[in-house]
Amino acid sequence: MTKTINITLKIWRQKGPEAKGRLETANAANISTDMSFLEMLDVVNEKLTVDGKEPIAFESDCREGICGSCGCVVNGEAHGPEKGTSLCQLHMRHFNDGDTIVIEPWRARAFPIIKDLIVDRAALDDLIRAGGYISVNTGSAPDANTLPVPQRDAELAFDAAACIGCGACIAACPNASAMLFVGAKVSHMALLPQGRPEAAKRALSMVGKMDDLAFGNCSNHKECEAVCPKEISITNIARLNREYIKAGFGSAEK
Amino acid sequence: MNWLTQTLGSAIGKKLLMAITGLSFIGFLAAHLAGNLTIYGGKDAFNSYAEHLHALGPLLTVAELGLLTFALIHVLTGALLFYQNWRARPTRYAVDRSSGGRSIGSRTMPYTGVIILAFVIFHLINFSFVDKRHITIFELVASAFQNPLYVVAYVAAMVVVALHVSHGFWSLFQTLGANHPKYMPAITIIGLGLSLVFAIGFGFIPVYILFIA
Repeated sequence: MTKTINITLKIWRQKGPEAKGRLETANAANISTDMSFLEMLDVVNEKLTVDGKEPIAFESDCREGICGSCGCVVNGEAHGPEKGTSLCQLHMRHFNDGDTIVIEPWRARAFPIIKDLIVDRAALDDLIRAGGYISVNTGSAPDANTLPVPQRDAELAFDAAACIGCGACIAACPNASAMLFVGAKVSHMALLPQGRPEAAKRALSMVGKMDDLAFGNCSNHKECEAVCPKEISITNIARLNREYIKAGFGSAEK
Repeated sequence: MNWLTQTLGSAIGKKLLMAITGLSFIGFLAAHLAGNLTIYGGKDAFNSYAEHLHALGPLLTVAELGLLTFALIHVLTGALLFYQNWRARPTRYAVDRSSGGRSIGSRTMPYTGVIILAFVIFHLINFSFVDKRHITIFELVASAFQNPLYVVAYVAAMVVVALHVSHGFWSLFQTLGANHPKYMPAITIIGLGLSLVFAIGFGFIPVYILFIA
């Protein structure tokens, strides 16, 4: 039989980017422990809608942990208390009857709030435009295996490429730094032969953009790695540092 | 802006400045500790260590100026990083909980840093900027640590140094890009070991002088 719980939510409500927001209390009654966190919010929103109140604005898309749309800070932790889990994959069985859950949006100067729990993450797109790409001529596809890639490098690049761009690393960083995101993107491409030609330019450009966008600086707190739903390692930040040192002092790029 | 200031002024460049100056201070602490340990050899050993050190003359002055420059870089860059990081999150979280990344050392870095700066100034006033024409360094140290308040202040300062090093050591290697699956576990352990060595090595000297010597 399905177990149900009653919980109290304290949710950040903010009408618009310029509005002053505050934590408001809402009750989530008879919540099945089989529900995901977002389904629980859906239930709360249905009740709010029926009562003629404004539903809580939050972002979601695939709800299977791969799109990177969802994410809130739950009780002070980005994507909630479970490791390697995005908010949509967090289930209510991890909470107890009578719990009070505080839900806040990602907070960073670079992520202005649009409404309630939704933040504008266009800064991550700006970072990608600054260098998160490779330039290749279009045309017929090259023969398979013309560029040998060691298995280990392919695996490491893939681990970095697992980043879904949700922004939890920035939300969880005490300094709101984007180093894990940029580290993952730079590593993903620096590890593969196709990414090498632009590696120096990419490292300089993405780090420069990161500063322009008013992200904080990395203090190696490791909070990013702890909350990342794809468990991306801070060794990618070390690789970014190496790439940046090589680019800044060793390459002709400016 | 030229390429050098641009590189060093970036998010990673500033951290590199912190890492390199920080590593130098760890080297300085190790050398300072090695010298201080001569105090267990008695009054003459300690005074002779001080004399030999000062016999270096201009070399010592160059080293002191180097340390001063590094200290200025470390403190000013640290202050800038602290300000920028604080500014990067204008609204704080109502609930701020660690997901397991932060350590006591990492979360207190700016504060332990300020305490260490205050301590270094206090320490230099105590033992460096004093007229030593009529008093040996051993007598100076021995008389200072007859005051239990000094002993408490010095021991507490060394605990703060240990906290700072506990995060700073592994963190500087990470910043320099030296995070390697074969070496990082050792680097982390060496960092914690060094913190203990500094805390006990420096911290026990005032206690030894007050109660034993």
